[in-house]
Amino acid sequence: MNDAAAKLTEYVTFTTAGQLFGLPIERVQDVFKPAHMTRVPLASPEISGVLNLRGRIVTAIDLGKRLDLPSRVDSTAAMAIGIESGSESFGLLVDAVGEVLKLSETDREPTPINLERKLARVAAGVFRLDGQLLVVLDVDRVLDLGAEPAAVAA
Amino acid sequence: MDELLRDFLTESGENLDKVDAELVRFEQEPNNGQILGNIFRLVHTIKGTCGFLGLARLETLTHAAENLMGKFRDGMPVTAEAVSLTLATLDRIKAILERLEADAQEPAGDDTDLIEELNRLAEGGHPAPPSTPPDKPIPQRAAERGDDSTGAEAAEKAPAETGERPAAEAGEKTAAHSIRVSVDTLDHLMTTVSELVLTRNQLLEIVRRHEDSDFKVPLQRLSNVTAELQEGVMKTRMQPIGNAWQKLPRVVRDLCADLGKDIELEMRGAETELDRQVLELVRDPLTHLVRNCADHGIESPVDRLAAGKPRSGTIRLSACHEGGHIIIEIADDGRGLDIGRIRAKAVELGLASEADLAAKSDGEICNFIFSPGFSTAAQITNISGRGVGMDVVRNNIEQIGGTVDLKSVAGSGTTFTIKIPLTLAIVSALVVESGGERFAIPQLSVLEVVRAGVGDHRIERIKDTPVLRLRNKLLPLLHLKEVLRLGESDRDSGFVVVIQVGNQVFGAVVDGVLHTEEIVIKPMSSKLRNIAAFSGTTILGDGSVIMIIDPNGIAQALGRFAQTQTDGPDLNESEQTASEDMVSLLVFRAGSQRPKAVPLSLVTRLEEIDCRRIEISDGRHLVQYRDQLMPLLRIDTESGLKKEGAQPILVFSDHGRSMGLVVDEIVDIVEDKLDIEVASNRPGVLGFAVIKGVTTEIVDVGHFLPQAFEDWFRRRDSHAMRSPRTILLVDDSAFFRDLLAPLIKAAGYQVITAGSGVEALAAFKSDTRIDLVVTDIEMPEMDGFALAQAMQSTPGTSGVPIIALAAMVSDEAIERGRAVGFHDFVAKFDRTGLIAAIKEQSADINRAA
Repeated sequence: MNDAAAKLTEYVTFTTAGQLFGLPIERVQDVFKPAHMTRVPLASPEISGVLNLRGRIVTAIDLGKRLDLPSRVDSTAAMAIGIESGSESFGLLVDAVGEVLKLSETDREPTPINLERKLARVAAGVFRLDGQLLVVLDVDRVLDLGAEPAAVAA
Repeated sequence: MDELLRDFLTESGENLDKVDAELVRFEQEPNNGQILGNIFRLVHTIKGTCGFLGLARLETLTHAAENLMGKFRDGMPVTAEAVSLTLATLDRIKAILERLEADAQEPAGDDTDLIEELNRLAEGGHPAPPSTPPDKPIPQRAAERGDDSTGAEAAEKAPAETGERPAAEAGEKTAAHSIRVSVDTLDHLMTTVSELVLTRNQLLEIVRRHEDSDFKVPLQRLSNVTAELQEGVMKTRMQPIGNAWQKLPRVVRDLCADLGKDIELEMRGAETELDRQVLELVRDPLTHLVRNCADHGIESPVDRLAAGKPRSGTIRLSACHEGGHIIIEIADDGRGLDIGRIRAKAVELGLASEADLAAKSDGEICNFIFSPGFSTAAQITNISGRGVGMDVVRNNIEQIGGTVDLKSVAGSGTTFTIKIPLTLAIVSALVVESGGERFAIPQLSVLEVVRAGVGDHRIERIKDTPVLRLRNKLLPLLHLKEVLRLGESDRDSGFVVVIQVGNQVFGAVVDGVLHTEEIVIKPMSSKLRNIAAFSGTTILGDGSVIMIIDPNGIAQALGRFAQTQTDGPDLNESEQTASEDMVSLLVFRAGSQRPKAVPLSLVTRLEEIDCRRIEISDGRHLVQYRDQLMPLLRIDTESGLKKEGAQPILVFSDHGRSMGLVVDEIVDIVEDKLDIEVASNRPGVLGFAVIKGVTTEIVDVGHFLPQAFEDWFRRRDSHAMRSPRTILLVDDSAFFRDLLAPLIKAAGYQVITAGSGVEALAAFKSDTRIDLVVTDIEMPEMDGFALAQAMQSTPGTSGVPIIALAAMVSDEAIERGRAVGFHDFVAKFDRTGLIAAIKEQSADINRAA
């Protein structure tokens, strides 16, 4: 147990469509409230738009739409998780951002095989927390929009 | 790596490029002492530094080369063999330098082969002294030579200006005034300044909203300083375009040797400066185009002589500034593009059908060479067929916001024109609004902005295709809102941004035009790069992000009307002739199922009128139209008016009077040649022509005009007569040109038209033989009398008979007309009289011939 306690990972947690997700904290650049978003015509549906975050241009990706989850009722309530990939900035739009959890890697369980296919592709494991499950996301797969042809707008 | 060694590599690289350029000129002008001096000095500098750094292999080789150059400088004749050998030596030096750069030490190897050759040639001359003293000044004649500055020389003016001073000394002198800064540092500066410009814009935007701000004055200063700083930093990045041309003389020389051709490369405007980033990006496309000219354009000496051209071909490279752009032209005096072969290839590759091609001008067909996989050379040579096609050239140029255009005249050459922005980082853009979103359109491609829905600039629809009449041209339109799927656009109003992409001109309808702004282009997110409509993103002064429209991308949304001709000055002769042959025809149905057509330029408007508004008076149909009572006419008794709903009509207007022609349905607008193959005896029908493969009745609008207003002009049936004569019809009114041209054509003549006296004189300069001129008298600038006088005083046109069209025929006018050489006078509306006069005059020609 002591060995495992040494391998603690900090996860930024957030919810979208009632589901709890987590991202390793080192992949999260910042958390911000998206404002003045410019929508991009002809872009695939999961791209909500682009916005200016302190002089950088951030491409906002709606996690709910990316994973085919039921959409939010109140779209203004969204928060964004800032992620850097390559030399580009992305913002993952989620419903709400929760606390940062320290979780032991040994508790991380493999993704259940019966998980919905789209969600299973981006999941990197599951934690059983008190009362709910936390799905760990693989950022690079979330950003890989072209992976599933169905996800690309015609 | 050693700092000293790095400097040496940089400097040697630059020097070698210069030597390359110099050597080819040297071969052409072996007696030019100045060139000789330059080459000698450059080789000598490399040698000297090699010795200093202990690079033995390089030193031995350059010493042998310098030795030979010294001999030439002292008067030994220069042979082609010697130049080739020197070039080979320079290639070896470059190879060694490359390895040196990679490994930081001189590679092992043996150069005795070259050195022996160099020495053999050096000895081959008169028994010369063992070696030339390296620091010996340049012979006097170098200084005496006038500066016959060509491009390559201008590109390296600095060393040339140091005159007779030995290189080492010159280097020191320059060093005191300039320093070497790494490109990375400059690029970083540029990025920082770009950000500063953005922040400045944002601040200005904020202050604009607070009238009495204390920040106003200091901010104005900040703004000015920023602008100066931006300009200064941009300047540090500017380099003469000659830097990108340096290798070209060598390339052309090698090609000449490979292809057995004789080509001279002329370079003008090499000192024209542009941003180094842009320079790097155009280097390869330019080299490719020059290769292309040498390989495909210029004929072999035998063919050239056979065609009556000088034995050696010329490729002319020129550059100049124009606004915020640089225009680069690459022209050859070769055979020109083979239109026939391009047609065949385009069909073979499935780029266009025969029918599509028939509707295109030669200029448009030429542009097919920019399509991927296009190569008309039967044999792929190692020169141009390197897998780098013209499509890559165009892509590279378009990627940096430039355009490439080409003109080709069979037998006399091809000219490529490249237009690129001076810098990439900051461009001027038009900010527009569409569907509630804002977009930036680069100014480079915007020709003008027209307010639609006001006055004559009304958006009309032919079936579902929106078009705009703009100064006698039909401009195909697209609604930005629809292209970007921002919603249906039902309003035919707003602003039309007239955009040019290559040869295409089209209008993009937007809801509003906001302002122009200097924008800093930010690359697009990788997730959005698949969207062709956008080329990048930018942050506006108010901090919001907007998308930059890619004119090429949205042009793809245009359908078949995409290929509209420009009426710019760059329209070449052959295109002009082609566009004269092509007529825009409005195809419609009325009465019978057989399609009917009229020249589109005769039609003033297409209208749909509510049937309830049609009144019957005195047995004639009338409708209130624009505060006038407009008569409605039917093509024949078969066609009837609709009982209810909307009745489509064609409106013809002239001199404030309008008439409506009732039709059943408007079918299409097509561009086609109007060849009336069978004349018709039926009143109201000029004859039949095959348009887009369908036999179509060409309606004689002239038949209907007097029916609407009896005094419009009188008309009697024309007598058709066949004769292969070519008639030049000159009239400043497009209405009458389009009215009379089909009539004369129907009488069996070839017709070409001109809109002014000046155009008429130009028409004589083209290849077409003109047998007879029919000209209006009252025209702006040059009237009919002046035209006749000009023709009389020009050899070749003085004997051509002229028939004058006059609104009023007075004795005085006839007298004056005879004096200047009019052969006949016909009243403008007397069409039968005109045909009779033409017939009579051509009979005279026949007799004379």
